[in-house]
Amino acid sequence: MGTIAAIHEKLVSKQVSCTELTKAYLKEIENANGELNAYVCVTPDEALQTAAAVDKKIAAGEALGLLEGVPMTLKDNMSTKGIDTTCCSKILTGYKPIFDATVWELLKAQNAVMLGKTNMDEFAMGSSCENSCFGGAMNPFDVNHVAGGSSGGVASAVGGNIAAYGLGSDTGGSIRQPASFCGVVGLKPTYGAVSRYGLIAYASSLDQIGPITKSVEDASIVFDAIAKQDKRDSTSLGAVGGETYSKLTNDIKGMKIGIAREYLDGVRDDVKAAVLDAAKVYESLGAEIVYFDLPVLKFALPVYYIIACAEASSNLGRYDGIRYGYKTAHYTGTHDMICRTRSEGFGEEVKRRILLGTYVLSAGYYDAYYKKATDLRGTIIKAFNDAFAHCDVILAPTVPMTAFEKGHATSDPIETYLTDICTVPVNIAGLPGVSVPCGFNEKGVPIGMQLIGKSFGEATILNAAYQYQQAAPEKFTDTKWGVKL
Amino acid sequence: MKYELVSGFETHIELSTKTKIFCGCTTQFGGEPNTHCCPVCIGLPGTLPVLNREVVRYAIKAGLAVHGKIAEIAKMDRKNYCYPDLAKAYQISQLYAPLIIGGYIELSNGRRIRLHHIHIEEDAGKLIHRHGDTYVDYNRGGVPLIEIVSEPDIRSIDEAKEYVERLQQVMRWVGISDCKMQEGSMRCDVNISVRPQGSEAFGTRTEIKNMNSITNIARAMEYEYDRQVDLLESGGKVVQETLRFDDATGTTSSMRSKEDAHDYRYFRDPDLVTINVPRYEVEQLRAEMPELPDEKLERYTDDYGIPEKDAALLTKYRNISEYFDKAIEGVKSPKTVSNFIIGQIFRRVETEADKEVFAVATTPAQLNELVKLLDSGKIRNNLAKSTLEKMLDTGKSAADFISESDMGGLDDNALLELCKNAVAGNPKAVEDFKNGKAKAIKALVGNVMKNSRGKADAQAAEKKIIELINA
Repeated sequence: MGTIAAIHEKLVSKQVSCTELTKAYLKEIENANGELNAYVCVTPDEALQTAAAVDKKIAAGEALGLLEGVPMTLKDNMSTKGIDTTCCSKILTGYKPIFDATVWELLKAQNAVMLGKTNMDEFAMGSSCENSCFGGAMNPFDVNHVAGGSSGGVASAVGGNIAAYGLGSDTGGSIRQPASFCGVVGLKPTYGAVSRYGLIAYASSLDQIGPITKSVEDASIVFDAIAKQDKRDSTSLGAVGGETYSKLTNDIKGMKIGIAREYLDGVRDDVKAAVLDAAKVYESLGAEIVYFDLPVLKFALPVYYIIACAEASSNLGRYDGIRYGYKTAHYTGTHDMICRTRSEGFGEEVKRRILLGTYVLSAGYYDAYYKKATDLRGTIIKAFNDAFAHCDVILAPTVPMTAFEKGHATSDPIETYLTDICTVPVNIAGLPGVSVPCGFNEKGVPIGMQLIGKSFGEATILNAAYQYQQAAPEKFTDTKWGVKL
Repeated sequence: MKYELVSGFETHIELSTKTKIFCGCTTQFGGEPNTHCCPVCIGLPGTLPVLNREVVRYAIKAGLAVHGKIAEIAKMDRKNYCYPDLAKAYQISQLYAPLIIGGYIELSNGRRIRLHHIHIEEDAGKLIHRHGDTYVDYNRGGVPLIEIVSEPDIRSIDEAKEYVERLQQVMRWVGISDCKMQEGSMRCDVNISVRPQGSEAFGTRTEIKNMNSITNIARAMEYEYDRQVDLLESGGKVVQETLRFDDATGTTSSMRSKEDAHDYRYFRDPDLVTINVPRYEVEQLRAEMPELPDEKLERYTDDYGIPEKDAALLTKYRNISEYFDKAIEGVKSPKTVSNFIIGQIFRRVETEADKEVFAVATTPAQLNELVKLLDSGKIRNNLAKSTLEKMLDTGKSAADFISESDMGGLDDNALLELCKNAVAGNPKAVEDFKNGKAKAIKALVGNVMKNSRGKADAQAAEKKIIELINA
């Protein structure tokens, strides 16, 4: 598998040059992207330039960092200087930022080879990636299924071996859900662990950047590289829980793994069975499974959609056609220009959430919706804190089902909202969660499970995830696509 | 029926911090359009605000200056509205947990105008209309503001004017803003209503937006008071609305009615963390606060016996009062210093702008030296006055103009000698005095003063001359 460690090994042992490797990835993007639609922008010049610099270092016999020269991708909502950053929205057509997101600055400094920007639901709003103005990214296990969303492009690219890893963003499951659909690993860090500077906001109090990778080690390596406190983000605290990589191999004997019964309600049988099988694997590794109740989970979805839409309605107000991006062709004055630009520039789902968010913040409704949701958010945080008094990690399905078939999600938005039930609680509570492959359905499409940790407990959940990966390597299978190392 | 005016003010003041409230850009006024900008203050996608802590300190100073309570925890909220000069389509402000609560401004009539709160927020950019097109300049976007919201405690136009002047005075005094209304660094929204004299209930109010001079505030309020009274007298009703004032016609006109009022959809800004204000920080700032104009005025009138009118002049600007405070160190009569400043120095510092700077050739130490010569009786008032003029002309010290022989006063023998000469040399005046013309004594005293070159004590001389005549 084209993991970071495997690529690093090939580079330092000079089995392949970074330029050759990068060219191989670029070629596979050409071959696969027609069907996967993972990339919305490919940047060969920048990629080859970095590759050449890495080759020079190798030739000079200099030591290479783990991420150096490894081809990767960024979700298209992360600001990249001089490179199109569109959030897969018509309204940001042609927008080339004048600054880099902090995460990209950090990885660039390590000579990460960025191959391009990847597909997503418009402004990260969606669960299938089909809300993209470029059309949806497809599932590398079966292209009749979606890659999931909103970071569908990254998951599809990593699952399809046309990027070794990528960064996604997770507001209500947008890293974990597509990772689960595409049979890869996706880590949503604790809120505040990774800087949001340069991440185009959907819902600021919930958004968090994290890695989508082929293995748990890779998720750990990338997380350690990007979890840095940033003065430009007041909510950023960095890796309060310390680095994670050296702790992957810790023995998990005696670790208490909690299963909240409510997380298994309404979950499809094959998914439930796969998660309960994983629990058995943990028992065989010496962990203890404890069942408990988390009744507040029933509030999670309404709380999420109220808070996320409220913040989105404010965050997306700036797209008015005046300073950057799309602007309507015909108008009669400023007000008309703004109305037309927004009506033409935003897609259906984005408009739906802006309207919902505007409504819940309006005079006369604020207390009934937004205030109540923020109060309940406190209740949910407390319930998780209480739960962690009895267990070290929580095991749950990532999604109550497997990847949707093409076109299914867009036909019923409310039904699609319901599929976020297992992922949103983690965002509401600001906790870390990692999705790990744990099986396949009858069509061979992956099933994912989720390990949820205490605040800044990334090391613990990655440790548990790694131990599972070592015990059940058959769940981590590769697809037919892309670069074969 | 007589109607009482009821008014409350919302006053925006630009803080004079070096950098903007949420980024490192300069706050300097002017500059080529869009040159004092960065990705943060033009709200580019993905940027985040980081609070400039200096803004919090400036606002705390403002709060202390008006006797407000400094909150221990404050939060930033978003005020959402769409206008091209507002790059993010929301203004970061405070609604639910402002930094300063309460406070008051005391007027010269003893009434206190209570303050509801003071909050911090960012300014918006500016639209420039030119050649039939509209341009946006974001230089001002993100400049820190405080908004001072008063209770509806103002009862007359004079009180309104004094309220604004006092705010201006005290905010300049503590050094947080230059409060230049003409440059927009101080702007007022005036809420105004009328009610029958003696009535407790408030009338329906209107709000006049963005007033940029005290003269216009008075004009607008006068117009609006008359308009509302006329409406009520003729059986009409005041409609709650937002008005603009037209400088040229001196009238107000409607901007928007209550029905069209903005719904700002305020909510906590998730990008900014809670502002904790530790008490030691407040105490440190309190300790660094200069003595405030009210406190100084009280000291000048109560401790030094300076008339209130003069004390008000001395405390109008911080530089004048500091000059005065330095000049009175160790003098017997601070009132003499006050008279020199108001009587002589002010004639050379005529405009308000010059008074605020108060750049005077004579240092307070030099004035102090002069007054001490007067105190010790070494020189007399006339000489001191003429010397001060020379000092103000040249910047030199008193010693440069007063010779040793001018000083040292007159001993009794010398005074007696001069008085004898005056009596002997002015028989007519002596005769007049003897004949009951009391005023004639002045000529004799004048003679003594002249011949002593101002060194003689006039009262002592008069006493001596009368003794000589009656002897």
